[in-house]
Amino acid sequence: MSAAPRPFTSLQEAPPARSNSYLVSLRREWRMASWPVRFSALCLLLFYLLAIASPIIAPYDPTYQNRRLPDCPPMGLHLSAPSEWSHAFLYAYPMTMVDPEARKSAEDRAGKTYVHLFSFGHLFTTEPGAPPFFLMGSEGLGRDLFSRIVYGSRVSMFVGLIGVTISFGLGITIGALSGYVGGLLDNLIMRWSEIEMSLPSFYFLLALAAIIPSGMSAVATFFMIVAIMSFISWAGFARIIRGMAASVRSVPFVEAARALGGSRWRVLTRHVMPSVLGYAIVAATLSIPGFILGESALSLLGLGIQEPASSWGNLLAQAEDVQNLARYPWILIPGVFIFLAVMSFNFLGDHLRDRLDPSSRR
Amino acid sequence: MARFLIRRILNMIPLLIGITFLSFLVMSLVPGNFLSNLKMNPAISPQLIKEMEAQFGLNQPLLVRYGKWLWAVLHLNLGTSLAFNVSVTSLIGSRAVNTIILSAASMLFAWVIAIPIGIVVAVNQNSIWDRILSFLAFFGMSVPNFFLAFLVMYFAMKINSPYLPVGGTYSVDYAQLDWISKIGDRINHLILPVFVLGIAGMASLMRLMRSQILEIKNSDFVRTARAKGLPERTVIYKHVLRNALNPFVTMAGYGLADLLGGAALVEAVMNLQGLGLLLLNAVRSLDIYLVMGSVLMGTVLLLLGNLLADVALVAVDPRVDFSSMGSQ
Repeated sequence: MSAAPRPFTSLQEAPPARSNSYLVSLRREWRMASWPVRFSALCLLLFYLLAIASPIIAPYDPTYQNRRLPDCPPMGLHLSAPSEWSHAFLYAYPMTMVDPEARKSAEDRAGKTYVHLFSFGHLFTTEPGAPPFFLMGSEGLGRDLFSRIVYGSRVSMFVGLIGVTISFGLGITIGALSGYVGGLLDNLIMRWSEIEMSLPSFYFLLALAAIIPSGMSAVATFFMIVAIMSFISWAGFARIIRGMAASVRSVPFVEAARALGGSRWRVLTRHVMPSVLGYAIVAATLSIPGFILGESALSLLGLGIQEPASSWGNLLAQAEDVQNLARYPWILIPGVFIFLAVMSFNFLGDHLRDRLDPSSRR
Repeated sequence: MARFLIRRILNMIPLLIGITFLSFLVMSLVPGNFLSNLKMNPAISPQLIKEMEAQFGLNQPLLVRYGKWLWAVLHLNLGTSLAFNVSVTSLIGSRAVNTIILSAASMLFAWVIAIPIGIVVAVNQNSIWDRILSFLAFFGMSVPNFFLAFLVMYFAMKINSPYLPVGGTYSVDYAQLDWISKIGDRINHLILPVFVLGIAGMASLMRLMRSQILEIKNSDFVRTARAKGLPERTVIYKHVLRNALNPFVTMAGYGLADLLGGAALVEAVMNLQGLGLLLLNAVRSLDIYLVMGSVLMGTVLLLLGNLLADVALVAVDPRVDFSSMGSQ
């Protein structure tokens, strides 16, 4: 703050330091948001961090099988005695299988397995060769569930972003084309979109998923799934964009801009697009959960991402066996992640709608 | 009315043709066909495979196959399932009934609970109940169907009550029961899936009801009604509610797509003998005619639902007239 008095501060909205104005507005947004919205934002931030930095955050190789410890329950973390702090702050009691028949494991109180933070290139992990530490338990083949969830977040968190980009791109292009050209093309496109919209979408998604060849790599499968879901969902956007483009054309401020001699491009980018953009952002945010859920459902049913690659959906497939579900309830943890991601996008979308379109606020 | 109905039904024909052709196209893009697995089997001679191909018509070009299929469908013959070797119609019939029962029951469950809650919450806007229930509604909307199904199954197994069977459409000894126990058995098996499917629908219905009432509560005619000195009850029930119900009728029809999709997932997870599970298994075994039959059945259910919703909308709202509808 400069000491010199500034007479018209109330009119000078922009702070003098331009470089951190973005941060300032971000902080203002943060203060305005309710606590569920803040929680959602933090959740999503965390999940995208998991997705981007998965090799560091995951303590183990997600495909390494601890054959001696299948279906091991989550382990408790204990604080070491101060004398051991030079070695590691945290330890857990290693698990051993006590009843191989029922796959029951029990803590072995005699030994300790130390959990090292920021060592061996991971956020936290045990020494190589030491008994493993399962934060969220292990699954049927003895793979660390937490590591698999961390790697699975890549699929679930990016399927929404990429899917929305594609289906919005398609929807906006086709919708605008349809509204702009009109005539026969408009008619054809709208009939086609009607067909797509009256499809029982999940049934069709199942049928479409059969196209994916079984031998495909996980990445290729991922893009096939995204493409399929975008193919199903573009029609709704296209119709809405077409309607909005048509209605915005005759709105007074657009007519005024045209009357003042604004070129078509200027009118489009400066007046039409901003008025549609708010809606588009909200609709995009609110349609991301649909993509996440679609991918999870397909993978859960075995039609999506295939083992050994993991996604939050195919991790849940183990729970389809009722006996597994009853004995090893921690295999449901990936579902909590799906739920949190979906809820966060819903809360954020709702909040964005209130912020971008004050007229719809209730 | 009759003209409107006829036009709407005629409108469905190109839609059905488009959708079935699209599905046919998709199934023909699938690498391999139902016989691919049999070809791997050395015990089955290539000669037999050729014969089966000809028998099922799998060696003909796409358009010919589609034309034949469509012609058969016009004669109410949906073809023969390749995997079960019985007519698709007989397979689909009972499954579709199960799916309709499940969807209708969960819709009813959702409506009966969500609408009163929505009304109470909107009338007492910003009260503590409003906040709690609106927050819970957000929760309910965000819980994935399949995850909720797993959770419910887990708790049902912990409770281990004979009235809350986990998964399945009926018990093992179903055939030996008398008809009253049969109905009871079916209802017991419906409780969990209806609960799962109902929760999500309930949450969005409640939110819609709330926002509808809040919007109408501030409109001029409600103010007039209050100004006339009408008691608050009459204002809410006679003036606000009747006008708030419109979008629900539309939603009942158009929400059917979500309900069918959700039902398919819950059927697969909870092992219910419905259309969705049938389709899933057909997709897995590339049983093309069964897939086509299920997709067709699902589409018809959906279109009929939308049609019913439109008819109902006219019944409850005198402002909507037939001539303006269905022309789009």
